[in-house]
Amino acid sequence: MAEVILKGLSKSFGTDVGIADVSMTIPDGAFVVLLGPTGAGKTTTLRLISGLEKADAGEVWIGGRNVGAETPAQRDVAMVFQQYSLYPHLSVRDNLAFPLKSPILNTPVDEIERIVAEVASVLQISHKLDNKATALSGGEMQRVSIGRALVREPSIYLMDEPLSSLDAKLRTDLRVELKRIQANLGATLLYVTHDQIEAMTMATHVGVLNEGRLVQYGTPREIYENPNSLYVASRLGLPRINIVPADVFGGMPAGVTQIGMRPEHIQQGEGQEAEVQRVEHLGDQARLHLVLKGHAITTIADPHTTYTPGAHIKIAPKNPLCFDAEGARISSGRTVT
Amino acid sequence: MAQIQIKNIRKDFGDFNAVKESSFTIEDGEFFMLLGPSGCGKTTTLRMIAGLELPTSGEIYLDGEEISQLPPSKRDIAFVFQMFALYPHMNVRRNLSYPLVSQGMARKDVKAKVEEVAGILGIQDILNRPVGGLSGGDRQRVALGRAIVRDPKAFMMDEPLGALDAEFREHMSEELRALHDRMNATTVYVTHDQLEAMQMGDKIVVMNNAVVEQFGTPQEIYDKPATMFVADFIGSPSMNFLHFDGNVGEGAESVTLGGEVMHVPRTRQGASGKLVFGVRPEHVTLSDSGAYRGEVLASEYLGTTQIITLDTPNGELKARIDSAQVAKVGEKVGLGFNPKTITLFDDGSGHALRSDLNNEVLTNG
Repeated sequence: MAEVILKGLSKSFGTDVGIADVSMTIPDGAFVVLLGPTGAGKTTTLRLISGLEKADAGEVWIGGRNVGAETPAQRDVAMVFQQYSLYPHLSVRDNLAFPLKSPILNTPVDEIERIVAEVASVLQISHKLDNKATALSGGEMQRVSIGRALVREPSIYLMDEPLSSLDAKLRTDLRVELKRIQANLGATLLYVTHDQIEAMTMATHVGVLNEGRLVQYGTPREIYENPNSLYVASRLGLPRINIVPADVFGGMPAGVTQIGMRPEHIQQGEGQEAEVQRVEHLGDQARLHLVLKGHAITTIADPHTTYTPGAHIKIAPKNPLCFDAEGARISSGRTVT
Repeated sequence: MAQIQIKNIRKDFGDFNAVKESSFTIEDGEFFMLLGPSGCGKTTTLRMIAGLELPTSGEIYLDGEEISQLPPSKRDIAFVFQMFALYPHMNVRRNLSYPLVSQGMARKDVKAKVEEVAGILGIQDILNRPVGGLSGGDRQRVALGRAIVRDPKAFMMDEPLGALDAEFREHMSEELRALHDRMNATTVYVTHDQLEAMQMGDKIVVMNNAVVEQFGTPQEIYDKPATMFVADFIGSPSMNFLHFDGNVGEGAESVTLGGEVMHVPRTRQGASGKLVFGVRPEHVTLSDSGAYRGEVLASEYLGTTQIITLDTPNGELKARIDSAQVAKVGEKVGLGFNPKTITLFDDGSGHALRSDLNNEVLTNG
């Protein structure tokens, strides 16, 4: 496995900006997740690293080599796509073995056998090895396509929303699984997704992209607890962070025009009076939908809360995040970078 | 509006039994969820209420009147489909007017009714637009409007948000629920998404393999699952099942798990053999001490909380704990379970054992 460095990477498609001036270091053995909505430049970044696209400017370094002039094969990356593409006429075993049979790798037959068995057991598809690839469920097919990347030991694994076409339950299982596999192999992995839960739960580092720019890069905890902008603050957290004008509660430092309160960072029983609109009992918690001076605010309460619509409740922010008019974060009077 | 009573309805398609004898009551004004995995019979049940399928046996009462064999047009129920079907060559106003005009309503009454419904849905300004150019949200609103204009006794909705992406779905589900709260119309809603069911529903029926597994309020079903299927289907992560062999007498207040005594709600029914100790992830605590121990396999950071996966003597377990608490992979920790929340199951039948916790719910359901 290898460290991957991006230096000032840019790519445009005509007048559309794919990514603009992205610089980041993916440490050896890291699980890096690029998070952003559709069109933020996630997939473009992956394709530039793999060599499927050519950069307009900037450099990609893999394991200490500038790979700008190398073909995708020479770059030694393994890619997993959102839409699993398996060879329909081959068995699961042959699909998994296929990358190892490449003339460049020249893997001995018994070695192929061993690796395929090992990967199949990790992905819990050992009992399906002799099935045709088309005789599998969606979840199994996606596991095979992840497995096809895992049989190799490339410099880096590049994964493009590999779990997004699976149902919720399977996605949850595979999330834990993928994280475990990556940690066991010590693999370097770059994973793109628009799913914040995937980003938070799997990543060692999260890069948040907005319109082609890398706006923040750090551990999930840093991104969640210390976002540098309103944009980043709204990307993580469910229910979403509440944004209200600073004067709703008052007492904010100069220059602060908006504050962000995560639903769990709202004190109940003091402060401004809000009205309960709706209560959702979700089992492990209850969500209160409130209105305060015309602003919708969501907070959480004990699952057995007795609040009902129409009730009044006093709320105050607890450690709010402060933002200026442009959405940049202000902390202790200074802009956070 | 209307109360809907379902009594022992059953549906067979040839040899295939889609819905086994099922009974439940939908109260007037309720937002009622039919929840279950695909193929469980929830859509068939909905279609029988609407009259799109006729039950093989059993009765359906709408405000006390038996309607199970009536054609849909005689039932006064509106149906909203997953793929909202609008007339593409008509503008929004004509799409909304159509159901009324075809009923023979007077022109000026139609106009007034359409204006009123457009007001409820906030689509007054697009009434003269063709439906072709509308956004997904507006199309959905028009489709709802077409169901509302007739003032039906009840609404049937079959995964109306199923085709939408996550963010928009969240928004529309809030809007739909707010609309229901304004109109207070009895609504029956089919979904396979447990979170959607918990968020939107006043009551939930959980179905599996053509059978009603449980019927109750979201919190009731979450806290007091009647079967292992329900416990597993509701909640994310779902309830942990720790398997053990044991002998539990009626009136017992503890069980022995991995050699340790665990307190449970007082049982009202004895059982022996293969049993299951059911505990929700948020009712598991991690500590240094504690005789019942598990090894940390993985942790998933979720902001305020984190999910810890552990290996225990009785199988894998997930705990939801504060993200400030440290749990290192490979570490062995003591585990505590909130005794008031435990449900015991019989592994063979999958049924919950009756206890002080769930007795009321299980006896009624």
